Amino acid sequence: MTAQETPHSAIRLRGFVKRFGPVTAVDGLDLDVPFGTCVGLLGPNGAGKSTTMKALTAQVIPDEGELEVLGYRLPEDSKQARAEMGVVPQLDNLDVSLTVEQNLVVFAHLYRVPAGDRKAAVERSLALAGLAARRTSKVDELSGGMRRRLLIARALLHEPRLVLLDEPTVGLDPQVRQELWALIDLLRSEGVSILMSTHYIEEAERLCDTVTIMSHGKAVAVGAPHALIREHAGSEAIEVYGSPARLTEVETLAQARAWRTRRTGTSVSILHGNGAADLDGERRVTNLEDVFVLLTGEEIA
Amino acid sequence: MEASRPIGRLERAALQGVMVREVVNFSSFWRSSTFSSTVDPTIYLLAFGFGFGSLVSTVAGYDYIDFVGTGIVATTVLFSGAFPAMYSTFVKYEFQHTYDAILAAPVDTEELVTAEALWIGTRTGIYGCVPMLVAVVFGLDPSWGMLLVPAIAALAGFGWACFGIFIAARAKAIESFSYWQSGLLTPMFLVAGTFFPLDDLPRWAQILGNVNPLFHCVELVRHAVFGLEEWKDAGHLAFLIAFALVSWRLAIRFMERKLIL
Repeated sequence: MTAQETPHSAIRLRGFVKRFGPVTAVDGLDLDVPFGTCVGLLGPNGAGKSTTMKALTAQVIPDEGELEVLGYRLPEDSKQARAEMGVVPQLDNLDVSLTVEQNLVVFAHLYRVPAGDRKAAVERSLALAGLAARRTSKVDELSGGMRRRLLIARALLHEPRLVLLDEPTVGLDPQVRQELWALIDLLRSEGVSILMSTHYIEEAERLCDTVTIMSHGKAVAVGAPHALIREHAGSEAIEVYGSPARLTEVETLAQARAWRTRRTGTSVSILHGNGAADLDGERRVTNLEDVFVLLTGEEIA
Repeated sequence: MEASRPIGRLERAALQGVMVREVVNFSSFWRSSTFSSTVDPTIYLLAFGFGFGSLVSTVAGYDYIDFVGTGIVATTVLFSGAFPAMYSTFVKYEFQHTYDAILAAPVDTEELVTAEALWIGTRTGIYGCVPMLVAVVFGLDPSWGMLLVPAIAALAGFGWACFGIFIAARAKAIESFSYWQSGLLTPMFLVAGTFFPLDDLPRWAQILGNVNPLFHCVELVRHAVFGLEEWKDAGHLAFLIAFALVSWRLAIRFMERKLIL
């Protein structure tokens, strides 16, 4: 766990525990989002990411631990924290029978934008999301990507200092995903603090200053993406292809030499592969996915 | 950093935000909602008025059209208070995930429930008068007391909206609404003194009628139109207020249980 504690974190969790009956969804999580940074919460389904996100808006009440958002203690002062942050949910919860603009106007009220500033706030959000031309379209006429941009625009109406993004690009086409990345990157460059949960490794690698990898409710690694890669997977991997029997053979060999491996369907990757010169395989650069699979023991779908 | 302002319970800004959402959404479905909330009770009015009215001329000292034309307000209260609250709460929770979005804004469950029930109550206050006005066309004499009817209908409507939210908060599947509807709401709607007086019913049915909020709504409306009876009507009013308060707290309690894990 990180030793240094930033005094001015947008989000600070210590020993957060949440149980649902016999299931411990989050099991003593520490998490920091320093102001002005983008932090990724990475983990397979069921790792506790969504529970953590929900706790930050006090829709989940912790069983144990200290939770602080923008300096407010949760759950007691959560409402105040919510007034100053924006949330982009995983599940689309736009009002589908309303227009793009109506959706924004409604949330300008809910986010308490002063009456005189509402119109400007709606215009700014429309422009940011590139939806000005679609302002009178009903939500159910929009594409999936536009709906997601509208969800982001809705979370920015009150110019929050902190934005929570829960799986912001799940289920979107690759080019739409990149469009959203540009939008998130823009926020980051404006100094907005961001916590983003995702199970797309590339997303975390590209956008996040640091990532916390979660597994079974715990943080199993924390750090900058490239540092985590170097630490856990080395700089190079050797990917060996072959018959299942050959792959098992390679794995046994690697084990004997104390090398870490991961199965990637039709191949075995040997991490920290620099020393494995005698194996014939393709050399490739290691990535965050290698780290993720090593630490969580789970493949990405 | 903004100046931090103290944030309390039941804030006006939060109530207003939730109500704005309801009103803007209502603008897209008011036709169907108005249709079902007013046409249903009007059909009951006409069916009973003509059907029953041809058999009996006076009931409990009233002309039958006067009797049923005032009692019908309670039916509208049930139809436009409890039912929309049940269904819209369930749909917003289960299918549209609306509450996730609202609770991520500075709004608490208590404010959410209160604002939604206030809005349905307001609508019910207006819808409640429609069948009564239809009855006026068929011979119910207008009176100044009718001006009290929207307020009574709104109060009862708020209570029933809260009760509907409570039912929705307890429901795991929308099918379970059938039990509440057939087992509780339909009997209440019939044994409320709307279409026939409770006086001639067996004693147990009279006792049940007296704990039925719809009965107190019927009595209060009828007396408002034809002459209030001070103590009796203070009792009816007190019962409606108590019903509204209890339902309100129940709705909040069970919605919190559902929404905050």
